[in-house]
Amino acid sequence: MAEREARPSPEALLDAAKQEGRGRLKIFLGAAPGVGKTYEMLLSAQAKRREGIDIVVGIVETHGRQETEALLDGLVVIPRREVDYKGHRLTEMDLDGILKRRPQLVLVDELAHSNAPGSRHPKRYLDVEELIAAGIDVYTTLNIQHVESLNDVVARITRIRVRETVPDSILDQADDIEIVDIAPDDLIQRLQEGKVYVPHQAERAVRHYFQPGNLTALRELALRRAAQRVDDQLLSHMRAHAIAGPWAAGDRLLVCVSEHPATAGLVRSARRVADRLHAPWTAIYIETARTQRLDDMERDRVAAHLRLAERLGASTITIPGRNIADEVIAYAEANNITQIVVGKSDRSRWFEMLHGSVVHELVCKAGSISVHVISGEESEPVPPKSVATRERHEPFHPLPYIGSIAAVGLALGIAALIERFIGLQSISLVFLMAVLASAIVWGLWPSLLAGLLSVLAYNFFFIPPLYTFTIADPENVLSLFFFALVAVVVSNLTAASRSQVISARARAKTTAELYAFSRKVAGIGALDDLLWATAYQISSMLKLHTVLLLPDKEGGSLTIASGYPPEDVLDSGDMAAARWCWDHNHAAGRGADTLPGGKWLFLPLRTGSGPVGVIGIDRDEPGPLLTPDERRLLDALIDQAAVAIERVSLARGLAETRVLAETERLRAALLTSISHDLRTPLASIIGTVSSLRSYADKYEPRERDELLATLQDEAERLNRFVGNLLDMTRLEAGAIELKPDLADIAEIVGAALQRAGNVLAHHRIEVEIAPDLPMLRLDAILFEQVLFNLLDNAAKYAPPGSRIDLRARRDGDVVALEMTDEGPGIPPGDLERIFDKFYRVQAEDRRRAGTGLGLAICRGFIEAQGGQIEAHNRRDRSGAVLTVRIPVPEAVEIREPVAAHG
Amino acid sequence: MANAYTVLVVDDEPPIRRFLRASLTAAGHRAVTADDAAGALAMMAAEKPDVVILDLGLPDRSGFEVIAEIRKHSPVPIIVLSARSDERSKVEALDLGADDYIGKPFGMAELMARLRAALRHAFQAQGELPMFVSGELSVDLVRRHVTRDGREVKLSPKEFELLRHLVTHAGKVLTHRQLLREVWGPAQAEEVQYLRVFIRGLRQKLEPDPTRPTHILTELGVGYRLQLPPEQRAPMT
Repeated sequence: MAEREARPSPEALLDAAKQEGRGRLKIFLGAAPGVGKTYEMLLSAQAKRREGIDIVVGIVETHGRQETEALLDGLVVIPRREVDYKGHRLTEMDLDGILKRRPQLVLVDELAHSNAPGSRHPKRYLDVEELIAAGIDVYTTLNIQHVESLNDVVARITRIRVRETVPDSILDQADDIEIVDIAPDDLIQRLQEGKVYVPHQAERAVRHYFQPGNLTALRELALRRAAQRVDDQLLSHMRAHAIAGPWAAGDRLLVCVSEHPATAGLVRSARRVADRLHAPWTAIYIETARTQRLDDMERDRVAAHLRLAERLGASTITIPGRNIADEVIAYAEANNITQIVVGKSDRSRWFEMLHGSVVHELVCKAGSISVHVISGEESEPVPPKSVATRERHEPFHPLPYIGSIAAVGLALGIAALIERFIGLQSISLVFLMAVLASAIVWGLWPSLLAGLLSVLAYNFFFIPPLYTFTIADPENVLSLFFFALVAVVVSNLTAASRSQVISARARAKTTAELYAFSRKVAGIGALDDLLWATAYQISSMLKLHTVLLLPDKEGGSLTIASGYPPEDVLDSGDMAAARWCWDHNHAAGRGADTLPGGKWLFLPLRTGSGPVGVIGIDRDEPGPLLTPDERRLLDALIDQAAVAIERVSLARGLAETRVLAETERLRAALLTSISHDLRTPLASIIGTVSSLRSYADKYEPRERDELLATLQDEAERLNRFVGNLLDMTRLEAGAIELKPDLADIAEIVGAALQRAGNVLAHHRIEVEIAPDLPMLRLDAILFEQVLFNLLDNAAKYAPPGSRIDLRARRDGDVVALEMTDEGPGIPPGDLERIFDKFYRVQAEDRRRAGTGLGLAICRGFIEAQGGQIEAHNRRDRSGAVLTVRIPVPEAVEIREPVAAHG
Repeated sequence: MANAYTVLVVDDEPPIRRFLRASLTAAGHRAVTADDAAGALAMMAAEKPDVVILDLGLPDRSGFEVIAEIRKHSPVPIIVLSARSDERSKVEALDLGADDYIGKPFGMAELMARLRAALRHAFQAQGELPMFVSGELSVDLVRRHVTRDGREVKLSPKEFELLRHLVTHAGKVLTHRQLLREVWGPAQAEEVQYLRVFIRGLRQKLEPDPTRPTHILTELGVGYRLQLPPEQRAPMT
């Protein structure tokens, strides 16, 4: 055994971490009813109350015992929930009420109780799990006979089997177990005094139950189980603190699961063995040709046994193979199994002779691995699993049988034809071909039918006396008999072969589908596409309705992200189940433990780093949704899907980070640009002024005038920049106050031309405004600024002396205003980008003056007024065309104001 | 311009006071200054200026209040200094009784033109000038006769009223409301679109290039202004 380093075992640390935020569970465990568990619990509760702990009573059954009732004094009782079931008024613990109340500690009696239908969970221990998960401490009571792994043992002892069981995991996760113990004689006395409540059992059974021997045995069970828990706690403590100790040697257990009902007890026994050895254990099922022949109930049982094993703490695995013993040994050797547990077969000797005994084989081939053969007893079928599965049914097809009949007919024809060339014996071979063909193509039963028909036909048509079913020659009887035998054997073998081929093909298809799914899903980058593809794939592979729910950005509410067939809305019950599934990372909905009344089943989509979403499935037919095979396939698919969704989300996060980085970069560039563009005119101004001051008398009047003119120009340029920046800031802040009025575009053009007089000093302006243009709904000031910016822009890029045209005309339901220049035009790829902030067409070194905001402001102002602006290049020569389109308002009547005086 | 006027400059920014005083003095006028509302009113009483240049953003009271105060006692022309894109303030100042406005930053040429226009009107309130001639346009207010390049222009009664009002206040801005009230009566002070239509009509008839008017100028968001004849404007640099 490898040397263990003194390091806390990761599992133990993880467990310890998981305990954070959870409530503490204390179980008052008793060997039998009447020992006083409720009483003890209430005593502890009262003590806690005196310490000041906020404690409420969730549900406590006093059964009319006065001493117990007295202990309820002073405790807050949460009122029970009333449930109407088949006309009966039942009361159940109000789980939501307790959750809302949020006490520190709640008392919940009778952990193994089954809740009335309509409750959120079918079992009270699930309610308790939810309370613990919510951080509320729980005290509860439990009888030893309710513990799942001990169910058989107790039944054997007391001859009463209790149906309500609690999984061992609850005891394992309990923080405290307190044994409530009383000497058997005292208990019997209490029974006689009528102080013990035993629900509806025949008196005789009760009396047998309360025999001293039984009670002692039960007591020992309870004590031993508690001791085991203590032992576990000690081990966890040692592991978490890396205390070296006598660890159990590396035992690993393997238990073989079959469809036989006794397997349930076998699994429970295996669990006990594993516990004793402190060994991890695995449950294995070998899928052979026989598996195909199992009926649905048996298949369900196999799945149920595997689930039971899982619940009891095993890992499970299903392996296909030909020979059970060989596969088991192979697995055991590959995985360092030290102990194999099998059930003793109760099959007849004959059967064992024909089919061999798995147990026998195992024992022979196990080599150094120990094989435990546990006697199987009739035990109760395993209770329903966490998600009920549905039976597979295959409808009856007449076609194969008709085909077999046809094959035999054909063989008959051929045999008749070649009768004279071959001997009587050889004719049987022709029929054998038909049987073989039937077996290959259609399977066992059609080929058996073919065999039967062949025998009859052979007899009738070929064996003398002809056309009768009698046989004259005893030799022919023998050959007919052997023919029949061969036909049957051939049928079986071939059919078995065929079904193996079919199942192998099915498995290959499934694998191929899984592979295809994973490849398809790996390539999709967009989340929506991925979700759609996932939903579609799952729906078509399993013939289900699928819906995918993802949490919104903050991880808050779940919303439907995709579905196939497309589904937008789930009713509130289903949404609640989906929500529960997300919150608790556990299946919920149709066929599950929780909220089973809904239409949909919801399963969590999990990856290594946590849940990413929820998938809901539905089928139109009622009843459970999936066969065990389908369930396994679905699990594989949703694991893939979860990983893919996580990948896409991560990729998106990465993209967003990149965008953010780019934005930062732009912002830095912007500030540099603005800084330059503001400082440049200031440099001229300050330079000119200081020069004039320093050398005032040295300048000629003409030079001085020039300098002063420059000064004024630069100052006005700076004024325009500042104006642009202010406009841009207003646009960005959304602080544009529009004052749209019916305006005459010609008037605004005039005003803009007026203001731009200086800017346009070196160009020729041609204005052509169509007469009778309708009035437009514009904010005159903003629009004038747009025109000014456009003129400024045109003047900047058009060479001095060239022409700038301004044309306005009506174009359908818009008025189009075009500004055309004779400059170099705009690079075709930049026709949209020129409207970006701080964009300038030319390269950095030949930058024209201007902060690059003018056109961005134009666009902002125009679009704010419901118009559009775009840029083109001239077709007749070089130059740019900027077009503004303003929609024409509906005809407005301008009424003449009534004149007061004429 | 021959006369020397007393100009009261009210602005809290020393540089502005400085350059205005220098320019006005260089132009032959006498400048007195105040840097807040109280000072302005005191100066009004003490100096009795011929025209006031008033900044709207004063430290102690708003420029509007100063206008209202001044108007209680005096019809002195007031020119308001305003921010560039604040049309509402301009209109409000004009409604309260200011005669004109000029937007900051401004050049001296512009300011002098406004001063001239404001003073012209003040000193001619008694009798209207019979003729207004500007370039090719000639308006005879007494005989109600308008010619352009010597040819008569026919105007409707309303159009003429509008033109007459503009001419009477030549060089000064008139708000939409003032024009509407004058021509159509106080009840119609809001029908700006209608005014626009008429102005457009006038421009069509009177302007050589209606799209680039040289006589009737648009003051966006405020009103209209009839430009003074070129010889009466300051020379442009």
